[in-house]
Amino acid sequence: MDLLLQTPLLGPVLALLALAIAFGALLGYAAKVFKVEGDPIVEQINALLPQTQCGQCGHPGCRPYATAIASGEAINKCPPGGESTILELAKLLDVEPTPLDAEHGKEAARKVAYIREAECIGCTKCIQACPVDAILGAARHMHTVIVAECTGCDLCVEPCPVDCIDMIPARSPLQSWHWPLPDSMSLSQRNDLIASDRQLSGAH
Amino acid sequence: MTDFLFILIGAILVNNFVLVQFLGLCPFMGVSNKLETAIGMAAATTFVLTLSSLCSYLTYQYILVPLDLTYLRTIAFILVIAVVVNFTEMVMHKTSPLLYRVLGIFLPLITTNCAVLGVALLNINEAHSFLESVLYGFGAAVGFSLVLILFAAMRERLIVGDVPEPFKGPAVALITAGLMSLAFMGFAGLVR
Repeated sequence: MDLLLQTPLLGPVLALLALAIAFGALLGYAAKVFKVEGDPIVEQINALLPQTQCGQCGHPGCRPYATAIASGEAINKCPPGGESTILELAKLLDVEPTPLDAEHGKEAARKVAYIREAECIGCTKCIQACPVDAILGAARHMHTVIVAECTGCDLCVEPCPVDCIDMIPARSPLQSWHWPLPDSMSLSQRNDLIASDRQLSGAH
Repeated sequence: MTDFLFILIGAILVNNFVLVQFLGLCPFMGVSNKLETAIGMAAATTFVLTLSSLCSYLTYQYILVPLDLTYLRTIAFILVIAVVVNFTEMVMHKTSPLLYRVLGIFLPLITTNCAVLGVALLNINEAHSFLESVLYGFGAAVGFSLVLILFAAMRERLIVGDVPEPFKGPAVALITAGLMSLAFMGFAGLVR
């Protein structure tokens, strides 16, 4: 009490400090209670997009496009996802599915980048362009592509100064490999469909 | 009852915060380019102004006066206003994402609106009671909204108007604001 009387400045400082601490505690508590975990719909849309990060939709990646879709942008701007992605998005957002917007590119089979390593000069330009860090290499050493990581966005083709990157059709991994479906045309013309057919044809 | 009505009309028309007392001019000039954003700003300001005049009254009466620290009211009110704005933003983000998206950046910007601090200080100067303070804050906010929306609607038309070259842009906006201020002088003497 003596200290407070001797230093008249101390009282107001303490009072304001107490006020500020009380308000700070209130805000800190409110930040906990009223915490908002992002926009859940953006997460759901993002999960449906192919994550190629190719930028063909005009956004710098899949997540920004998901955010844009959540605030009302058209759902048909994703060529890598193609028709199946549009249908899934339409189902999620309960809107009419629309055909792919040709302005942003055509749907194509999944591809992977392939670097012809003998020609690579090790300039690292494709490494910088790759949105998913799927290219391995260092300056003045040849680069190569990690196939499992490559999304086939072909953003690395353009910056390559010696044009040694090809986009080749992706081989499907063993997990999803299946026998090729029989071709219906040749099927009807073939006369050795079953074992007895073969015996017949072998007979004469 | 008539006292309350007088306070309300006085704050909205006669002593309009923007056009008569010249407080809160920066949002008045800054966000009046589009009618849509002006309405958002008006709604946010109304909410915050009412709430902060209530809170600052309570802070003054129950914290500053008993401790004999009334000379610290300005800094204490700024603290209160900042907290109210922040708290409102958090609650709104949680409870009404739609309103939060409409108001967007305008909500935190209200902290720097001097009309908010002005109302809190004027409430003390004029020795308003609790209800009167809230009503005064609300009236000030309605007056601000009214003027802001009117002004935004005018500016939208001014853009397409045939304005002489030297007057284009902010110049003609300021002249418009001045003319509006003149028009609001007509309300002087409506309430004593």
